[in-house]
Amino acid sequence: MKKTKLISALLMTALAAFLLTGCGGDKGGENGEVIVYNWGEYIDPDTIDMFEEETGIKVIYDEYETNEIMYPKVASGTSNYDLLCPSDYMIQKLIENDLLTEINFDNIPNMKNIGQQYLDQSKEFDPENKYSVPYCFGTVGLLYNKTMVDEPIDSWDVLWDEKYSGNILMQDSVRDAFMVSLKRLGYSMNSLDAAQLEEARDELIAQKPLTQAYVVDQVRDKMIGDEAAIGVIYSGEAIYTQRENENLEYVVPKEGSNVWIDCWVIPKNAQNKENAEAFINFMCREDIALMNFEYITYSTPNDAARALIEDEAIRNSEIAFPDLSKYNDMETFHYLGEEGDEMYNEYWKQVKSAD
Amino acid sequence: MKNKRNLLAGPYLVWSVAFIIIPLIMVFYYGFIDRDGAFTLENIMAIASPEHSKALWISIRLSLISTVICFLLAYPLAMILANMSVNQNQFIVLVFILPMWMNFLLRTLAWQTLLEKNGVINSVLKFLSLPTINIINTEAAIILGMVYNFLPFMVLPIYNSLARMDHDVINAARDLGANNVQTFLRIIFPLSIPGVVSGVTMVFVPALTTFVISAILGGSKILLIGNVIEQEFTQASNWNLGSGLSIVLMIFIIISMVISSILDKDGEGNML
Repeated sequence: MKKTKLISALLMTALAAFLLTGCGGDKGGENGEVIVYNWGEYIDPDTIDMFEEETGIKVIYDEYETNEIMYPKVASGTSNYDLLCPSDYMIQKLIENDLLTEINFDNIPNMKNIGQQYLDQSKEFDPENKYSVPYCFGTVGLLYNKTMVDEPIDSWDVLWDEKYSGNILMQDSVRDAFMVSLKRLGYSMNSLDAAQLEEARDELIAQKPLTQAYVVDQVRDKMIGDEAAIGVIYSGEAIYTQRENENLEYVVPKEGSNVWIDCWVIPKNAQNKENAEAFINFMCREDIALMNFEYITYSTPNDAARALIEDEAIRNSEIAFPDLSKYNDMETFHYLGEEGDEMYNEYWKQVKSAD
Repeated sequence: MKNKRNLLAGPYLVWSVAFIIIPLIMVFYYGFIDRDGAFTLENIMAIASPEHSKALWISIRLSLISTVICFLLAYPLAMILANMSVNQNQFIVLVFILPMWMNFLLRTLAWQTLLEKNGVINSVLKFLSLPTINIINTEAAIILGMVYNFLPFMVLPIYNSLARMDHDVINAARDLGANNVQTFLRIIFPLSIPGVVSGVTMVFVPALTTFVISAILGGSKILLIGNVIEQEFTQASNWNLGSGLSIVLMIFIIISMVISSILDKDGEGNML
């Protein structure tokens, strides 16, 4: 009797150990490994194979859907990722909470390919450009179907126009939705003023009956399928939709909008910092950046890669490569602190639960 | 003998500890602390806020409606199936289970494509010069999605309890002069209650907690309690509030299961 108990106990511990460690086993390629945690569908998978082949570093690749899903995993320290690709405001939050390590730029000679204007924009969240290397950027704007609107579209106001009731697609995320409403009212999209936020919230509630749906990635498919007349969309998606439906047009409204930048950063508890830097360097190589641009269609801050784009229309596209100095009131999201986040979330919940 | 059984239970024990008990403890742990780690009941009490209680109420209302519709559709079907010969009914049962081999998300997305303004159904209606339907992004679409996705969970338990029913009991009722209605009301239906109860639970509980159906077919315009919890985890990074609301939802699920187990006992009591 004792024996069987012992065996079952042994079996259980063995099983538990197996479950907890995953498959363990050999440690990476000949030059170790690098654990990358990136947005979903945010890289050309071929480039990972090429990296592994050229450097002998094994890539363990994980994906997340929102910055907010990524953050607690990194902050809790339970997962030791070597490389992340968060957005601007989230990088600021990571820096403020001392979760990032400075990048050794000696290991990233391809940094020269990154355009200066993007590094300047990055200073909004990484004031000395010490922690981050820009990977993708873009604007947020209006995508509209030329056959379904009768006037020139250049303002967020059109999203409140009763004429388009049932034909409007809004972003289903708190900061993006409030960005639209705050910018339309002439406020900063990083506002922490309760009166301004309440005004923006009330406008969003007033707009709710006019919207067809709150969606994230589906703006793309619905606009391609002529399901709606106007949608709030990221510029990177806009290029893709135009390829699929020639009636679609993208515009950055005159009240200003969001310029976002997603950057590579290395968390403090990274085990393979040098491999992470090698990976960043590889991603900054012009041919690799070009492959990624063509695969994900989000604008690349890599000027050398842009020069390699064969299609002149895309190379000079105002959508893909906007001249940031041309627009007024373009902002980048800031981290608002826990209280600020909570305030936004509370107001957003009130919008979502309104009739 | 006993030891051997213990041994066989080992993997299940590890499984349930690792993937049921520990996550449950974590939900309770997060649910009862605030961001600084101090004990609080605030996350539980948050259900009383107007947004949360409204979302919970809509969830309960929509899942009750879906459960009733599922029941009304499933019971006659289960009776038809139970009365068929084995060869016929196996085919129809297969037809019913077949969609379940497809991913739940895909099926729901397919309904979105069907119901959209320029979707498949409306294109056909337009082609036939019939008026189009506009239920996408409304409560009706969410109910449709719930009924479609969870109907098999209602049909199968009812079918099982009807098919296993002892026909001698029914024949005896007939011998004693009961007509069809009486036989159904006093013999067949009471005997099938265990099936009905497990069907109701299996439809009501997933309908109450769903957030995917309302996101896809409701256009995220109608906030169910499942959506609130999902947003707390994925967008607001507030695991404590998300866990607290999950605990409240668990209480509602436990209540519905307690009710069903009481009813189930009555059902078996009648059988004796």
